Amino acid sequence: MTFKSIAAASLLALAASLGAASAEQIKVGIAAEPYPPFASADAAGNWTGWEVEIIGAVCGAAKLDCAITPVAWDGIIPSLTGKQIDVIMASMSITDERMQSIDFSDMYYNTPAVIVAAKDSDIKPTPEGLAGKILGIQASTTHQAYAQAHFEGKTELKVYQTQDEANQDLIAGRIDATQADSIALADFVNSEAGACCEIKGAVANDPAILGAGVGAGLRKGDEDLKAKINEGIAAILADGTYDKITSKYFTTSIYSK
Amino acid sequence: MTALRPLLVPHRIVMMLVALGIVAWCAVSMRWDWIPRYSGLALEGLWRTIWLLVVSSVLGMLLAIPLGLAQAVGPWYLSAPAKAFCTIIRGTPLLLQIWLLYYGLGSLFPQFPAIRNSELWPYLRQAWPYAVLALTLSFAGYEGEVMRGAFSGVARGQIEAARAFGMPRRTIFRRIWLPQAIRNALPTLAGETILQLKATPLVATITVIDIYAVASRVRQDTFIVYEPLLLLAVIYMVIAGAIALAFKRFELRIPARAR
Amino acid sequence: MSHLVETLGLASSLQLLSLSPPGWGANLLRGLVNSLQIAFGAFGFGLVIGLFGAYGKLYGGPVVRDLLAVYTTVIRAVPELVLILILYYIGTDLINQMAAALGYGRVEINGVVAGIWVLGIVQGAYATEILRGAILAVPPGQIEAARAYGMPPFMLMRRVTIPAMMSFAIPGLANLWLIATKDTALLAVVGFNELTLETKQAAGSTRAYFTFFLAAGAIYLAVTLISGVAFKRIERWARKGQPSLRSGGA
Repeated sequence: MTFKSIAAASLLALAASLGAASAEQIKVGIAAEPYPPFASADAAGNWTGWEVEIIGAVCGAAKLDCAITPVAWDGIIPSLTGKQIDVIMASMSITDERMQSIDFSDMYYNTPAVIVAAKDSDIKPTPEGLAGKILGIQASTTHQAYAQAHFEGKTELKVYQTQDEANQDLIAGRIDATQADSIALADFVNSEAGACCEIKGAVANDPAILGAGVGAGLRKGDEDLKAKINEGIAAILADGTYDKITSKYFTTSIYSK
Repeated sequence: MTALRPLLVPHRIVMMLVALGIVAWCAVSMRWDWIPRYSGLALEGLWRTIWLLVVSSVLGMLLAIPLGLAQAVGPWYLSAPAKAFCTIIRGTPLLLQIWLLYYGLGSLFPQFPAIRNSELWPYLRQAWPYAVLALTLSFAGYEGEVMRGAFSGVARGQIEAARAFGMPRRTIFRRIWLPQAIRNALPTLAGETILQLKATPLVATITVIDIYAVASRVRQDTFIVYEPLLLLAVIYMVIAGAIALAFKRFELRIPARAR
Repeated sequence: MSHLVETLGLASSLQLLSLSPPGWGANLLRGLVNSLQIAFGAFGFGLVIGLFGAYGKLYGGPVVRDLLAVYTTVIRAVPELVLILILYYIGTDLINQMAAALGYGRVEINGVVAGIWVLGIVQGAYATEILRGAILAVPPGQIEAARAYGMPPFMLMRRVTIPAMMSFAIPGLANLWLIATKDTALLAVVGFNELTLETKQAAGSTRAYFTFFLAAGAIYLAVTLISGVAFKRIERWARKGQPSLRSGGA
């Protein structure tokens, strides 16, 4: 037995030990970070939140066997294309830029983007109102793309791996403001930790960047799964499950066309 | 020409052709059109990486000398804390240290209005001071251990001889002990500096925009995954090669030790 | 001052670290188990690569030797963080393509296996160098004698070379093991729930940064110190019956 054949054999053994997956289980990728009220893990490691319940409801309606798989947000698209997960349901906005690499289901929620800053600051959600300030944004989000298109140059941008870190640095005074989804930030300013800050208003809409709502990200060509997920979303919207879950978390509708 | 001779063996020529083929394949079939758009940012990031490397290595080395000295010959009340410091730094992941300093210490400062209103605040609120601090302490921890060995490795006879000549302690340290200890440590210094280079991308996790962060941004903006990472790997290899070469030259200029 | 105590979370630290929810102690322990699992696996995988690599570098043909030189040089010059990202994305992609080609369908790659694969390849480069040095330090007469008796190569490796080189390799391997335990922290960046990421999530959720980061630091330190003691014992055992040596490599 030569050196090379042993090496080849051990590689094969490694590959075999990985085991073939059960074909039916769908791995739903969510971001491995607290993103309340959409998804966050408690001390016991269970994921809860609006989006987690929606995932359960959509999978139930589409008769899919789903397993929630937390992955790093920054690498969530490569994880999908690299087949570590099968679908992304992590508050990902449907944008043209992302459509070049992945496919999307129909939208399942839509909310505006807002700026949050300290209560005593004079920041406004406009390029002029943010000039000379430091704005924190999460990497790989529509907010990052928006800030780079509309604020960069006059405003210093700080890019974080997770929105939670940006919120922490806003509390710590390291950044002057942060831009994110209105619901996520409303939850933050209403929390004890976010008492420092308030919503300064929504940024001017730019549909080309901010996208057409949040949808489930899918591999290109995965038409079967896309059809099933769309069916599931339509079903829970129609039978009232969607509204029931939403009313547990929000007082207003988060499904606006 | 003689330097090239070992490369001109048949199997190496074939291997180099294969390598060239792979590079050509990468150049043609992968996407590189993003490079011009990001070249400015990349240069800034590269500069920041090198700046961090140089500043933290120099400061860390300056800190490592007293740490090594304290451990080698210091009284217990100096050597024990020095040893504890080196053990803690070497026994915990750098990423954890960076996060402890940035998120832990950094969240503590703003709660004191005195600090928040002080002139230091504009610096303390930025990320790079924490990055420099963490990298410096890390380098000092590892190099302090090396310096301990280097100080102990200087032959006692030399110091005794200097003392017999009536040389003051300070002069003995400056002229005899320290130079020889540094020469003892020199062979490891190139390796340690390359390790330090490899530690720098961790600062990207606390929003410092080094070359690694620029590559991440390309990935985030364009969803191109492999190309920026591969280019990044090549850039680090070039820097590591430059460090190795520079230290080799430096070592050659120092006269060989007579034994 | 009371402010400081409150921020440090001294009063409530113990409660936060308790093993049952709402304490986050169990999360840290789960992270530790994950970290150790990967560190063990990667160290073992690295040793296997290192053994083949060392043999290849010493006895392989010119092509094998040059390829191994490229491998060890590249791995040691590129930051682990970058390697982890490249190997994580490309590696899982390749395995899936390979599995598809072999007709297995998609293989599921869990975080632990991916972490072992990625860190193992990194460890392998360092292990190659350490083991190569250790094999070279074995008196050649011992190997020649075994060969002269007609011992087959595998038995020679198992009975002579490996036991004889152990004492030379152990200081370097001890160091490598410590690197393995610390490098698992880098997997936090790809979102794998090892100790450092669990710590950060707990710290972020409770805002008790010092409590959790210091606790995690203490855990890592304990692993390091315990490993140090263990390796000292192994080294003493490996040197059994050997004349005293200068303290070897690393």
